Amino acid sequence: MEQFNNRNVAEGGYYLVDIEDYPTDGWGKFKRVVKRSFKGELFVGLWVVLREMIRFDIHTISYPEEKMPIGPRYRAIHEMKRLWESDTERCIGCGLCEKICISDCIRMDTKIDEESRKEVSEYTINLGRCIFCGYCAEVCPELAITHGGEYENASDQREHFVEYADMLTPLDTMKANAQKEFDGFGAITPHEDERVKKTPLSY
Amino acid sequence: MSNVVINIDGKEIETQEGEFILNAARANDIFIPAICYLTRCSPTLACRICLVEADGKQVYACNAKAKDGMNITTSTENIEKEKRAIMEVYDVNHPLQCGVCDQSGECELQNYTLEIGVDSQNYTVKDVDRSSHDWGHLHYDPGLCIVCERCVTACKDMIGDNSLKTIARGADALEAEFKESMPKDAYAMWNKLNKSVIGLTNGTDVLDCTSCGECAAVCPVGALVDTQFMYKSNAWELTQIPATCSHCSAGCQISYDVKHTSIENPEDKIYRVMNEWNYVSLCGAGRYGFDYENRDVVKDEVAFSNAIEAFKKADTINFTSTITNEEAYILEKLKDKFGYKLVNEEARSFQTFLKDYSEVSGTTLYGSDLKESMNSNFIVTVGTAIKTDNPNARYSLNNSLTVNKGAALYFHPVADPVVDGMSKNILSINHKPLQEETALYLILDLFADKSKLPTDIVEYLASFHSMKTVTVTETIKEKVVTVVKEMKVNEETGEEEEVEVEKSKMAPKKVSKEVEVDDNRLISMLGMKDDFNEVLAKFMKKKDSFSLIVGPDLYNHPNSKNLARLVALVEKYSKFELVMIPTLTNTLGVALINELSCEAGSNSIGYNTKGDFVLSALGDGDLDMPAINQQEGTLTSINKRVNPTNAALSYGGYTLNDIANALGLSVENTIDYTLELGNVTGFEAIAFDDLPDYYTNAGEEIRGFGLTSTSVATTDDSVEKIDEALMLENDIIYLANPVRQFTDFTKVTTNLDEESGIYMSAEALEKSEYSAGESVKVKTANGELTAKIISDNKIAGNIVVLPTFDSKLNSEALVDGYRFATASIQKV
Repeated sequence: MEQFNNRNVAEGGYYLVDIEDYPTDGWGKFKRVVKRSFKGELFVGLWVVLREMIRFDIHTISYPEEKMPIGPRYRAIHEMKRLWESDTERCIGCGLCEKICISDCIRMDTKIDEESRKEVSEYTINLGRCIFCGYCAEVCPELAITHGGEYENASDQREHFVEYADMLTPLDTMKANAQKEFDGFGAITPHEDERVKKTPLSY
Repeated sequence: MSNVVINIDGKEIETQEGEFILNAARANDIFIPAICYLTRCSPTLACRICLVEADGKQVYACNAKAKDGMNITTSTENIEKEKRAIMEVYDVNHPLQCGVCDQSGECELQNYTLEIGVDSQNYTVKDVDRSSHDWGHLHYDPGLCIVCERCVTACKDMIGDNSLKTIARGADALEAEFKESMPKDAYAMWNKLNKSVIGLTNGTDVLDCTSCGECAAVCPVGALVDTQFMYKSNAWELTQIPATCSHCSAGCQISYDVKHTSIENPEDKIYRVMNEWNYVSLCGAGRYGFDYENRDVVKDEVAFSNAIEAFKKADTINFTSTITNEEAYILEKLKDKFGYKLVNEEARSFQTFLKDYSEVSGTTLYGSDLKESMNSNFIVTVGTAIKTDNPNARYSLNNSLTVNKGAALYFHPVADPVVDGMSKNILSINHKPLQEETALYLILDLFADKSKLPTDIVEYLASFHSMKTVTVTETIKEKVVTVVKEMKVNEETGEEEEVEVEKSKMAPKKVSKEVEVDDNRLISMLGMKDDFNEVLAKFMKKKDSFSLIVGPDLYNHPNSKNLARLVALVEKYSKFELVMIPTLTNTLGVALINELSCEAGSNSIGYNTKGDFVLSALGDGDLDMPAINQQEGTLTSINKRVNPTNAALSYGGYTLNDIANALGLSVENTIDYTLELGNVTGFEAIAFDDLPDYYTNAGEEIRGFGLTSTSVATTDDSVEKIDEALMLENDIIYLANPVRQFTDFTKVTTNLDEESGIYMSAEALEKSEYSAGESVKVKTANGELTAKIISDNKIAGNIVVLPTFDSKLNSEALVDGYRFATASIQKV
């Protein structure tokens, strides 16, 4: 750390870069244009392109046919996860995402269902206002609302992507055992078990 | 009670001698945690978390009384250990379901767990099956219950239903090692907690009470919740709109908790009603009867111009007392300008009663309020079906009986099991209807200071007394000598021989004696038993503050003038403080603001009542008006306060002020008249926005302003004698509402599901030839009606009760003002 804390520029390898002064008069400017035009710097870049073209070492991808892989912590459109055991939705309707949302874009309606449990009857996210901060995923006690990798949210309808049913993991995916857990905000950190104090139980 | 100075954590505090330390601390903004204590109720001592050290000794702040010079420390090492252990115990086996718990966000278990900083658990016990119960309008989840018994305390000490109690949990005993290792109070608390859960006193699984929901309001956790509110909304999403309940004259402070209706509908909707339960207790109507608003009203210009035309033609305005003071003031201004006759029979009878009362008392208003009744220890009520006329008067009565160890006399023709169930120290005197004068004369006779009372009244009262000889059986102890034969060893001979021994003992013996006793004919006239004097003597022990509550039966009584004078005499010449129960929500306000006529003209406007052109907040009239939860204004309560209320819901139509403006008055908002109310005797001139609306930590009510009682000229104290023949016999009907119903506004709400019909007590119905649900015809001298019989176990005796909350039933047409009438009932 010591070397970073030393702010004395006189020692420690700082040196002035030799940069020519900008031309101030017309003649000077004319000379600079002529010099730059005929020095052949342009062909340096063109050569690189030509060389890589011949080698077929191409780094661009042809979107939308090709897509870049997305990092596991990337925060794109929200997903609603299902329980592995029963395929039912994880969301319990606690309302914490609604409360914490700083752009106030989440709303839910809850009611009591036939089995006297709390049921989420309606759930929407106004993506026009969402800033993808990830607080909702972080606060969710059930790991129900998470961010997904779906960043292509252009549509002719505002309501697309944000219906509760659309956000839920499709049952086919569940059947195929293909639901992916989110590793970003709100995910369980590694070695959590070792850090939690156990509650004694009389069983 | 004298003032004393105590010291809490180095802060000098002035309080009353005998005040609980907790209350003294709260009044002075010193925080002492407490879960089970309810202000105004007796200490429960269930949670034990309010531990403090007073003069070096650990005491519970909720039941230790302040003494002069007391030195109190709220935190010591041991107290902190106890508090931490108590909160850990409360968290043992408490489900981690805050996410779906309705109390989350306003949960005292959450708050105190965080406040005390419980971050790990040391205690454990095996849980038992604690599945939830659906008790009807309440849902009880014993799994969430911390058995603080606040619900039981509120029901017993405040409401008086005694519907809840603790029952056995059936859990394993705590492990013995905890007794050694745990802090003492925490263990004792846990030991008790682990043995009990809350159950119903009636032994069934359905509540049979007056359905006030106060138990759910006081529940610190989500164990007791209103079924109608369950899982509808989180506490933090609701906006609280401070308001005054508009259903009866109690004028309770409430808050309408509003939120958007749903994702699709951004219009506000009332989700529940909350109250400051430490200082005000609601009834079922106040708590559940909130959705009476006039919905989806738009400005109907045609109807409005028709209304203006109708106002130009009309000579009379009929109205009810379910209006704000400002609206009443607008009507009064319109009356001054256009000479309308204002007709409101119920308010006029109360106005006349008040006027007759002030001719003797010399004051425009009765002297006391319900808060004073609550603090008194001897209450007499005359002429009111107290539980339905004004539930808060009933709570005052119950609180005085239970917490102040008071006693009470309940003079009313309709027997009431709810009133009888409050305490052993209340005597119901079910006299005949029209005998209210006799009851008041009896009160004068028993309690008035005869040295000051006018001599002719003293003489008249003396005429009821005579001496009579009665045979009294007394038990006396007498010495009885008996001769018994015993076997004894003769010391000389050493032989055993029989000896006669005299033995004496005290034996009880019954003797009849003839004694001369005073015979008070007033007692037998009211149909009371001979032992009344003994019962009263027992009741009167250690009583020093007296309260008389009179109700609407007197205002429409044929001899109401005389009754008003008698009531004034009781207040003037005895220690009794007087409260009158105004008939409807704002009857007192209307009686003070409006000059009312007794006869209607030929063409009338009806405001929430009948008329040739009807303005209605119920949505069934010719022009819509806002309901009270849709408008700002003030309401005058029984406690002689003018309380502000705010609009909880939006309203898109015309108001009475719009009509008044179209007719030539010019004021932008209805509440601009609040300031002008100062022109009315007794009112103060304060702008609506300046009216306060809160309770202090000491429990002081800072709401609106209090009415001032002014002195008026008095006449003499003369009263008329009792017409002894005046009483109703045979089949009698009585106009009173079932519990939780007051007016058409309570009828339209979704949660209050009491039916309209003919209410008969369960016992009377069983004896009769009718059955519940059957239609019968009730006929009096004034009219008849046909309706369904409803069995009601909240009344007793043979009097049939007809509700007034359903204007379609039109039960008022059957009587001649007075709420009782003789009637015949026939099958149809």
